[in-house]
Amino acid sequence: MYKDKIEEIKKELQEVFKNINNLNELENIKVEYMGKNGKISLLNQMIKDIPNEEKREFGILVNELRSLFSEEYDTAKNNFEEQELNQKLASEKIDITLPGRKIKRGSLHPMTRITEEFEDIFVSMGYTVYEGPEIESDENCFQKLNLPKGHPARDAQDSFYLDGEYENYLLRSQTSTAQVRAMEECTAKGPLRIVCPGKVYRRDEDATHSHQFMQIEGLVIDENISMADLKGTLELFCKKILGEKTNVRFRPSYFPFTEPSVEVDVSCFKCNGKGCSLCKQTGWIEVLGAGMVHPNVLEMSGYDSKKYQGFAFGTGMDRFAMFKYGIPDIRTIYGNDIRFLKQFDRKDEE
Amino acid sequence: MKLSRKFVSDYIDLDKDLDINKIAADMTNIGNEYESAGPLINCTNLVVGEVLECVMHPDSDHLHVCKVNVGNEVLNIVCGAPNVRVGLKVIVALPGAKLPGGEIKKGLIRGVESNGMLCSKAELGLDNKFLEDKDRDGIHELPLDTEVGIDAIKALGLDDEVIDFELTSNRGDLLSILGMAYELGAIYKKKVKDIDLSHQENNEDINKEFKVEIQTSSCPLFLAKKVKNVVIKESPEFIKNRLIASGIRPINNVVDISNYVMLETGQPLHYYDAKSLGDTLIVRNALDNEELTTLDGIKRCLSSEDIVISSPKEAVGLAGVMGGLSTEVEEDTKDIIIESAIFDNVKIRKTSKKVLRSEASNRFEKGLDPKRTYMAIERSCHLLEKYADATVVGGMVTYDKLNVQDKVINITCDKINKILGITILEKDVISILESLGFTVKKNKDSLEVTVPSRRIDISIEEDLVEEVGRIYGMDNIKGKLPILEVVLGKYNHTKREIRHKMAEFGLNETYSYTLIPKEEVHKFTTDNFESILVADPMSEDRNTLRYSLLYSLKEIYLYNKARNQSDISIFEMAKGFYKEDNEYKETLKLAVLMSGNYYLDIHKKKVDFYTIKGILEELFNYLGFEGRYEVKVDNNIPKEFHPGQSASIILQNELVGVIGKLHPNVVKDDVYALEINLDKVLSIHSKKMSYKDIPKFPGMEKDMAFVVKKDVSCGDIITYIKKNGGKLLTDVELFDIYEGPNVKDDEKSLAFHLTFQEQNRTLTEEEVMEVFNNLIKNIESKFNAILRDK
Repeated sequence: MYKDKIEEIKKELQEVFKNINNLNELENIKVEYMGKNGKISLLNQMIKDIPNEEKREFGILVNELRSLFSEEYDTAKNNFEEQELNQKLASEKIDITLPGRKIKRGSLHPMTRITEEFEDIFVSMGYTVYEGPEIESDENCFQKLNLPKGHPARDAQDSFYLDGEYENYLLRSQTSTAQVRAMEECTAKGPLRIVCPGKVYRRDEDATHSHQFMQIEGLVIDENISMADLKGTLELFCKKILGEKTNVRFRPSYFPFTEPSVEVDVSCFKCNGKGCSLCKQTGWIEVLGAGMVHPNVLEMSGYDSKKYQGFAFGTGMDRFAMFKYGIPDIRTIYGNDIRFLKQFDRKDEE
Repeated sequence: MKLSRKFVSDYIDLDKDLDINKIAADMTNIGNEYESAGPLINCTNLVVGEVLECVMHPDSDHLHVCKVNVGNEVLNIVCGAPNVRVGLKVIVALPGAKLPGGEIKKGLIRGVESNGMLCSKAELGLDNKFLEDKDRDGIHELPLDTEVGIDAIKALGLDDEVIDFELTSNRGDLLSILGMAYELGAIYKKKVKDIDLSHQENNEDINKEFKVEIQTSSCPLFLAKKVKNVVIKESPEFIKNRLIASGIRPINNVVDISNYVMLETGQPLHYYDAKSLGDTLIVRNALDNEELTTLDGIKRCLSSEDIVISSPKEAVGLAGVMGGLSTEVEEDTKDIIIESAIFDNVKIRKTSKKVLRSEASNRFEKGLDPKRTYMAIERSCHLLEKYADATVVGGMVTYDKLNVQDKVINITCDKINKILGITILEKDVISILESLGFTVKKNKDSLEVTVPSRRIDISIEEDLVEEVGRIYGMDNIKGKLPILEVVLGKYNHTKREIRHKMAEFGLNETYSYTLIPKEEVHKFTTDNFESILVADPMSEDRNTLRYSLLYSLKEIYLYNKARNQSDISIFEMAKGFYKEDNEYKETLKLAVLMSGNYYLDIHKKKVDFYTIKGILEELFNYLGFEGRYEVKVDNNIPKEFHPGQSASIILQNELVGVIGKLHPNVVKDDVYALEINLDKVLSIHSKKMSYKDIPKFPGMEKDMAFVVKKDVSCGDIITYIKKNGGKLLTDVELFDIYEGPNVKDDEKSLAFHLTFQEQNRTLTEEEVMEVFNNLIKNIESKFNAILRDK
């Protein structure tokens, strides 16, 4: 009797679950069967009419029915919930090709970038960045660099003397002057390892010269420093800044503050030394001036030139910026066209 | 310095096969850079021809049709030159010849076959200064005895090659063929040949008829000789051609010889017409405002800084720079006084900078070898005797206060190796030095090196090291890294971080010029300072060192605006300059200028005061200055700023800058700017970064909003809340500001968000409300504020 009833409900449930369409209907079904007066709940009322020896079996069958219902219910519920979520997600679909919200990105000027690159290489080799003033005395800018008044090599640097200060005070025409300051300030008159980046000024203006430009000067003083050390250092530096394939060539030259002096050429990075318009078909580009610090320069700043030697090198950083970024005219660098500035707004290749 | 291969070959044997470009490259490797190298005449396929027939072209009134024998054939050539005629020996450009003007091809000229071209000298590409009218107007007429069919450039004697050197300023000795010969000799291991100084002298004595008075200390060496009965005529071809190859225009044999000797020896000479000069020559400082007409016909006004050569009456030459017109050697000159002297190089440099740079002054400036001063005057006599039929008068007027002694330097091979970082053997050192003309004596533990007198640039051991190095090959030095104590490299991080921070804020960094117009220097500041001008500006808009960077940024704004770029947010870090108590000072500054749209999103936002103030706050908070600065209206707002939208920046009670909108008188657009004194800012240290316990108990947040009159400052209310919020209040911020409907025109609504917190317990509503309500009550009365509905 009760077995038939249970079997009947079981069959009924199979149909019922098949026809449910949404969560609402499912909840109604739950009430209809499992509610206080639900069809399954009401089965319990039959217990009083069931003989004692069958009560246990009855219990088992009813529980099985409940479990069956729960299983079906949970499965259906999960399905409907998932369906609903999928619908919601589908309705939330956006156009991912629209541009992202802009976070305004500024830029660092190419000269800052080059300066930092130079500084980082040398700082990693134990150099300290030393910056001197831009207004300098003739003494620091020339005389203490072995360029006395009337020296013909002064012609190469047509300087901006300050009003009423001819051959006395000027806008520095070279960063070598910072060398002098660093040597004078070094009270121990001992080892020194510095780079001095900064602005310099000369009376000159065309596509490759600006009356204001930037140089960097390097100076190492120690016992037992040689031209070979200078060459090794510059080779390392040039490879770092211009690429590992770069070759470095030393050519004898003349600077009053170094002896011996050399011009430093690098293999042309445009044609890899084959010859092109940039290197005027020579395969080489002149990039640095360097040499062993002249004993007079050491002595004038209080160093014992018998005990210490040093090497020094200097270069125009604007030229490196022009090479590195392919800027044809130095005036562009100082023109500050916003369309130029904005081009330097990201990380460069390593 | 243009080096003629033929000329230098008088003194050094160069292999015929040695390419001129190879010579130039070899010279570069020992430190003598060059600008160009190649043949003097850049033409091919030119031969000597003879005009056999010359008839008028049937279709032209000026063209001729010629039959020209070029040796192996007779060519039909149409020629337009007026001087073409039968019998001439001419330069023929054969078909295929390359000339500076283009390639010569066979063709028809008005219907007549023409198989080449008869050339003028001008067509060979010689510089204009070497050409006369006849060289441009007609074809060149070679001597009638010139062999037909040979290379025409050779027939002209112009088959030379030239290297144009750019020499370093210490190597004055290389402004001579002899100096160059030593360099080439060292490269190619060849000996330099002697110069021929031989000549006859008559039995007269110049000292009996001519005297020299040196009245200045700027002339330590002066030599004079006399030659008589010169015949002025054209120089021989080889002299003319060598001068041309060296870039000097031939004039006549006498003038050419003075230049020729200068080129050979590096010693400039001056030849005076003895008759015009008289019997006394004085060397003295010029008088202030003394006048002298130089050879070029220009009247020069001199000063006591200049040295002149003078007769007892008047100046006759500007020493070391240019001779005077009155004693010039002319067509009818018979007797000549030759001057060979050394003048103070610094003075010559000053005078020539003022008057003009000449071949002579260029050499004097760099310093001369006194032995060459003697050599040059003897060489002059040799050549004048040979090519100007001169009779050399006996004796020489000699004034020599130089008393030059040989320079001797002791050096060891170890020292050379130590400085260069190489291992070179002593015998190689000796061989290199000897090849350059040094004399080397081997002592027990050093080398005693005697410096040749021409090398005035050499005085210390290091100079010799360089000599050895450059011949050894600087590039043969193997690079190595120096062995040094390990130390930490350092740089100023803060300055760099500020730059990067500004870029992160969306600003573009600029680099502008230090020099600005004088009228602008006192703008954008209320500071009192003495400005600094440059003595010799390149232009009036760059004559003064800037004090503020804002003029430059404003100019950059205007520059970009003129190019339709109006969204400008830029910054620059650079120095400002001024003079104080006779000392030059420089201050590092940071300036920002913003205009147009800042957030370039689809929701564009125009820059306003609060945008740029936000930049300042972000920067200062980043630097750890939070709570230590304020912007405030005071008397320090420059007149270039908007009086109602600008403020001073105060950091720890010190004025460090200005911020605000630029005055419409300065720029019409809405442009905002700030400038701070970074030196002052960087002298203030960031607060140490340290951990604070994260609250374990919940805090409590309360909002309050007031309507106040517009002129009530929000900052004052915040400060008041912070001061009176008691220890429970940990934070207060403005979260809304409103003006518009529901608020009167002269009022605004401000809403604040307050956070209360206690470290070790949960707060009760009552204790917070007590503080909160008290604050409301007091703000209402103090700021005349009305609390809005909660």
